[in-house]
Amino acid sequence: MVSASRIWADLKVTARGFIRSRVGLFFALIFPMILILLFGAIFSGSSGPTNAYVQDLDSTPLSGQFITALNSTNIVTLTPVPAADNFSQYLLAHSSSDGIIIPQGFQTRYLIGNPVNLTIYGNPASSSSAMVSGVTQSVVNAFNLGRANTTTVIGVQSLTIKSQNLKYIDFLIPGLIGFSILTSPMFAMVNITSQYKRDKLFKQLSLTPLTKGEWLFSKVLWYWFITIVSFLIMCVVGIYAFGAHIALTAAIIPFLLVGPLLFVSLGMLVGTISNSVESAAVVGNLITFPMMFLSGTFFPVNSMPQYLQTIAHFLPLYYVIEGLNNVMTYNNLGSAFVDFGVIFVIAAITFTLAVVFFRWRED
Amino acid sequence: MKRRESDLNDNVIEVSSLEKNYGSLKAVAGISFDVKPGEVFSLLGPNGAGKTTTIEILEGLRARDGGDVKVLGLDPWKHGYELHKKLGVIAQGFRFFDYTTPKEAVQYYASLFGVKVDADAILKRVLLDDVSGKWYRNLSGGQRQKYGLALSLVNDPELVFLDEPTTGLDPQARRAVWEVIRQLKKEGRAVLLTTHYLQEAEELADRVAIMNLGKIIASGTPEEIIVKYSIGERLVIKAGRDLATYLVQAGLKVDISGKDEIAIRIEQKDDIVEAMAAIGRSKFDWSDLRIQRETLEDIFVRLVGKTEETSVRLMS
Repeated sequence: MVSASRIWADLKVTARGFIRSRVGLFFALIFPMILILLFGAIFSGSSGPTNAYVQDLDSTPLSGQFITALNSTNIVTLTPVPAADNFSQYLLAHSSSDGIIIPQGFQTRYLIGNPVNLTIYGNPASSSSAMVSGVTQSVVNAFNLGRANTTTVIGVQSLTIKSQNLKYIDFLIPGLIGFSILTSPMFAMVNITSQYKRDKLFKQLSLTPLTKGEWLFSKVLWYWFITIVSFLIMCVVGIYAFGAHIALTAAIIPFLLVGPLLFVSLGMLVGTISNSVESAAVVGNLITFPMMFLSGTFFPVNSMPQYLQTIAHFLPLYYVIEGLNNVMTYNNLGSAFVDFGVIFVIAAITFTLAVVFFRWRED
Repeated sequence: MKRRESDLNDNVIEVSSLEKNYGSLKAVAGISFDVKPGEVFSLLGPNGAGKTTTIEILEGLRARDGGDVKVLGLDPWKHGYELHKKLGVIAQGFRFFDYTTPKEAVQYYASLFGVKVDADAILKRVLLDDVSGKWYRNLSGGQRQKYGLALSLVNDPELVFLDEPTTGLDPQARRAVWEVIRQLKKEGRAVLLTTHYLQEAEELADRVAIMNLGKIIASGTPEEIIVKYSIGERLVIKAGRDLATYLVQAGLKVDISGKDEIAIRIEQKDDIVEAMAAIGRSKFDWSDLRIQRETLEDIFVRLVGKTEETSVRLMS
């Protein structure tokens, strides 16, 4: 018969060991926080307009309006280059590849309808050059339209849809919660199971009334607790430090319960079937690291090459993160339910295998 | 501690024709023995003799391939869960959770067994009260063994299994563990002790069984084994190897102890006269003559065939 007092006693020993060893504590709570601060700071802050150079050989009111229009987009900031300087050498001397030359006669030709070409310098491999080229093209279009309608200078208007309002941090938080659900129980259980086997601690425990089911359940309870604490820390940091827009609803809870159960079981299974602590660590890393990087933890899976996206669909963590994204970012509960179904089935299979292969004593 | 009267009439362990194979290796080859209530019974043997396999079968940690086993009246493999509540065990090379103190470990075991204990009193009994707040990882080898001994006492066991509890300990720590074992005996608990150390068995055990290659090759009280298996007394003198070689060539049975001592086996009275005559004829130097009776250690070494490792340990 299952005893709550035995589970509680084992949970206390597990908790003490975890807190006192500090390594587990660092990787469960501190490390994800470092990641969220690091990635949040890198990707969520405003990068500001791209710097480029402009040589105005026309120096007329129209060329001045054109430069003002480009600057007003806030996508580029143009620095004037004296008309007497060699433009390409000027760019090289200033370690830049982005610039625009407004030719002499720009205003006159524009007003009488004669074609006039701007010269744009750029590096085809650089995203900043693409930005400069794109925004210049937009302003040119606006000027052409303005001439046809006999209106004056037109600014560039940007259109948005809902998803484009989402920030990187909104994807990062569910990803890092998934990361925490994976790494903390997985690494710990691979280590614990293989070491206890080596040190005959399971044999030692089997000589007490503690059952293997109670032992396993106390570990699941502990990693539920760790996952919830880690979840709360990441949400607080994400919302208050980076202004993340994430939905905190009850639909998150099933993922926070089944996720740790899955990876506690998987870690235990790896530790159980491995012959030594060293081989368990190797197998554990082989399973954990690809999952860590290919499941949409740091970047959306759909930004990866197709073959990696195909691989991602075979990784359990993908469905945990996808599900959390569907709940927290897109509020798409229908898809989240499918993701939950997938991880529930995988967790049930893994848990069953772990219990079957895990032995207190030997035949 | 008082044992129940009914217990006093039944053997706490009964082993009959026990067998265990690992592939083609017969680890335990049909051994039989019993342990009485309140008795310290010692299984002696070199590495690989089958002691640990036997003790793990009795603890219910391993299935057997043949024979009958009853521990406290129960089949340990089938009724391990019930049995473990009545057993105290220190496994060979006992280890525990790195970040748990002895006091926390005793309290943890008490919660698992559902008993109330005075953790400080248990730690005092095994002379571990001075480090009760130290993590397991920071304890010495001797303290770790006493840690295990403390855990084996939490459930007030009727029978205690100690599998090489003093291996690797310094003489002082070893004697501290012996004191605890003597105390267990005084309290009326039965103890099954496996050990490499003959002196330990002679000091503590009421009865011993010597195992080798999965079989019991001798059993009884240490005194009974000496009487039964001794091949007589020995004439011991201090002398060099040259004299030993000379005596062997003269047809005498000679052992060399490594301490510049020669032991000549005296199987009948005339052997003494013959040995003294040969020594006199040899002209080699010698001193410190004495007659010595065979010890349990001598018999053990002779019976198990003098493995190098065992011989070294027995001398220590």
